[in-house]
Amino acid sequence: MRDANEMWKRIPLNSNYAAAYGAKDSDVDVVAAYPITPQTPVVERIADFIANGELNAEMIHVESEHSAMSACIGAASAGARTFTATSAQGLELMHELLHIASGLRLPIVMTIASRALSAPLSIWGDYSDVINVRDTSWIILIASSAQEVYDSVIQAYKIAEDPDVLLPVMVTYDGFMMSHTYEPVYVANNSEIFKDYIPKKRSWTVLDVEKPITMGAVANPDWYYEFKYQQVVAMEKSYDAIKNADKEFGKRYGRSYGIIETYNLDGSKIGVLTYGGLFGTVMEAIDYMNKEGIKVTGIRLRLFRPFPSNDIKEFLKDLKTLIVIDRAISFGAPIEGPIAMEISALAYRESIDIPIYSYIASVGQRTTTEEDIIGIVKDAISLFERGKRVTKSIYWGVRQ
Amino acid sequence: MNNKRLLGWKSIPLGGSIVEPGNSVQRPTGDWRVFKPIINQDKCVRCLLCWVYCPEPSIYIIDKPYRTSTGREWKFSVEVDYNFCKGCGICVEECPVKAIDFVEEVR
Amino acid sequence: MSSRTIYYKSVFDVSKEELLAPGHGLCGGCTAGTIAKLLLKVAGPNTIIVNPTGCLEVSTTTFPYTSWRVPYIHVAFENAAAVASGIEAAIKVLQRKNVIDPNKRINIIAIGGDGGTADIGFQALSGMLERGHKVMYVLYDNEAYMNTGIQRSGTTPLLAWTTTTPVGKVLKGKIQIKKPIAEIVAAHKVPYVATANPAHFLDMMNKFRRGLEVEGPSFIHVIQPCTTGWRFDPRIGIKLARLATETAMWINWELDHGEFRVTVTVPKRKHVKHYIRAQGRFNHLTDDDIEIIQKYVDKEVERINKLVGKEVIGPVVE
Repeated sequence: MRDANEMWKRIPLNSNYAAAYGAKDSDVDVVAAYPITPQTPVVERIADFIANGELNAEMIHVESEHSAMSACIGAASAGARTFTATSAQGLELMHELLHIASGLRLPIVMTIASRALSAPLSIWGDYSDVINVRDTSWIILIASSAQEVYDSVIQAYKIAEDPDVLLPVMVTYDGFMMSHTYEPVYVANNSEIFKDYIPKKRSWTVLDVEKPITMGAVANPDWYYEFKYQQVVAMEKSYDAIKNADKEFGKRYGRSYGIIETYNLDGSKIGVLTYGGLFGTVMEAIDYMNKEGIKVTGIRLRLFRPFPSNDIKEFLKDLKTLIVIDRAISFGAPIEGPIAMEISALAYRESIDIPIYSYIASVGQRTTTEEDIIGIVKDAISLFERGKRVTKSIYWGVRQ
Repeated sequence: MNNKRLLGWKSIPLGGSIVEPGNSVQRPTGDWRVFKPIINQDKCVRCLLCWVYCPEPSIYIIDKPYRTSTGREWKFSVEVDYNFCKGCGICVEECPVKAIDFVEEVR
Repeated sequence: MSSRTIYYKSVFDVSKEELLAPGHGLCGGCTAGTIAKLLLKVAGPNTIIVNPTGCLEVSTTTFPYTSWRVPYIHVAFENAAAVASGIEAAIKVLQRKNVIDPNKRINIIAIGGDGGTADIGFQALSGMLERGHKVMYVLYDNEAYMNTGIQRSGTTPLLAWTTTTPVGKVLKGKIQIKKPIAEIVAAHKVPYVATANPAHFLDMMNKFRRGLEVEGPSFIHVIQPCTTGWRFDPRIGIKLARLATETAMWINWELDHGEFRVTVTVPKRKHVKHYIRAQGRFNHLTDDDIEIIQKYVDKEVERINKLVGKEVIGPVVE
């Protein structure tokens, strides 16, 4: 870690403000965002930056999230570096445009303060909103610290604007538990340090009066398929772009996160996988269980789309069982924990036949402490030791 | 229907963009016609209204001087591009001197 | 009352540059083609067009062909104004940062149909107007969702037949009046709002030009007779548009920084039956129905004359 005084200043920020700083230090050109709990401070802080002259950007105070993503698509198509942020209902309102943004191959970056989806109305954090947009062809990163949010937003521009990728990127973090809690974050003293890392090339297809093009044409059945296949290829290629962006960030600035994060790898054959801020609680629980003599390895999924199959596969090979803690429900699915389902599919595909236990926890920000994680792990271990495979997700803590 | 060869995903622009401006000229619509407008160059007073109103556009002002049978000299003429004229008849209707005939096309 | 500069005085002032290419799939005789073509002649090549889903969009941009010779983007049905806002902000900041030549004047025009503007696109439009983006919004109004097969829209006129306001034993056509979208836009207090008619093309082009000049949003509501949806012989498309103004069913006005003018005066008006009986979508109207419509129009004419302060639209003489 570089000296706090040289490149960085160390300030207390919550993940919302970290996102705003990330956008500022990426020298974004256009921000179009609509406030929604718990993302509102992002929009407010960016407005502050612009009002104080710290960020030379146009902020469009759109009248809804649908217009927010529309304006971002417009701005990106004109060649501007664009940023927006939202949560839950806002993300759903702009849903059709998520597909359009990726279909038009525009490098938009958006942060999501993950929040439970209505109904009933909940402003509190869980990942149902992010899970719901996994098929939109956006690259999705899930952060677990405010520092990671700041760094990931900057990395996101490198990934999105890569000519082999040209897909929009989402950086997500826990609503409230991360968006509103303060952590010490290193932010750049001068955002010039990122100029070489994310140069402004405006290199994607743009609306230019010198070279008039038509964007967003109608593609009849003879053509549509090939355009979708282009996105498939871009998603595949983005894995390397994401890995390299993170590696280069580490080389230049001293911090990197990898594709997945692991905790306590010493010889344990029992894995616990989760994502977002809950991983912090998992790490505490692992330490506690270690003292009790229960050895558990923690895995945090940082990259969600494209799904890091190779990285997860390598882990599964060394485990006897995996416990997946999901914070969203895929209603009616064969396995209702969405990440558990994706990992189960991966395991099957790779002929790795280990029991995978799917737990649902912390839905709608239901308080989940280390005790809950320990409870989940012990519950899974008892099932495993009795040789019981559970075919349905287990809803931890739901009152009957 | 498309006359363009069906290309693969590697050969087409990303995201459905079309990079050749105005290339719809490669797709003639003249075969839509049932009736054909024929401008009588002798009667035409070059008011240019047909050129203004044509929705395609498939009426052009061309650098073609013309001398009418009564000796009037025009420096330019107005002609229909039959590759694209859909035979809507707006020009026929709007011509103030009724210089455009609208005849059924026999193919 | 200040006078306005009239730029287009005769057909010879119209640019010969063709920025709309033929070969598109618009119906033969679709006056939207005329409107788009003339709009581009006013705007010139330094123009970015934003077009929501609709007749114009699907006809002119079917991959791999496009009829546009200027940069063009289609995003979705209800967000042309929001996309245009984004482009306007981007151009502004990119010119400020010298990425784009700051001396280049780039027109940003959103051109959309009545569905994408007055109904599903209304929210985005209202937001754009309130925020004051320098975007000209042109509404080509064919008074129904024509692209999807003639379903009623907010701007469908009273008693008109559409597939969703059909003529049956109990209900006969649309039971609501036409949404006064231009007036709603005017209520946003934007610098320039106008209504226009392709039959009066010089007036329309002058309004396009004025709309592009003003510092802020402008809105031009253009009547667009639709041969397929209104049910008439395509050759009378422009004639019908002219009749709309001659019967005062379509009044050409402008509101320029608060000054209201009727720009095409009609000293001797025609009875609305000339306009209505020419269209198949009004076939089911009885003479009594037409009289009801005539009374509406008479009231509207009275209101407009009062607003202007003199009789700009005269009495019915034929």
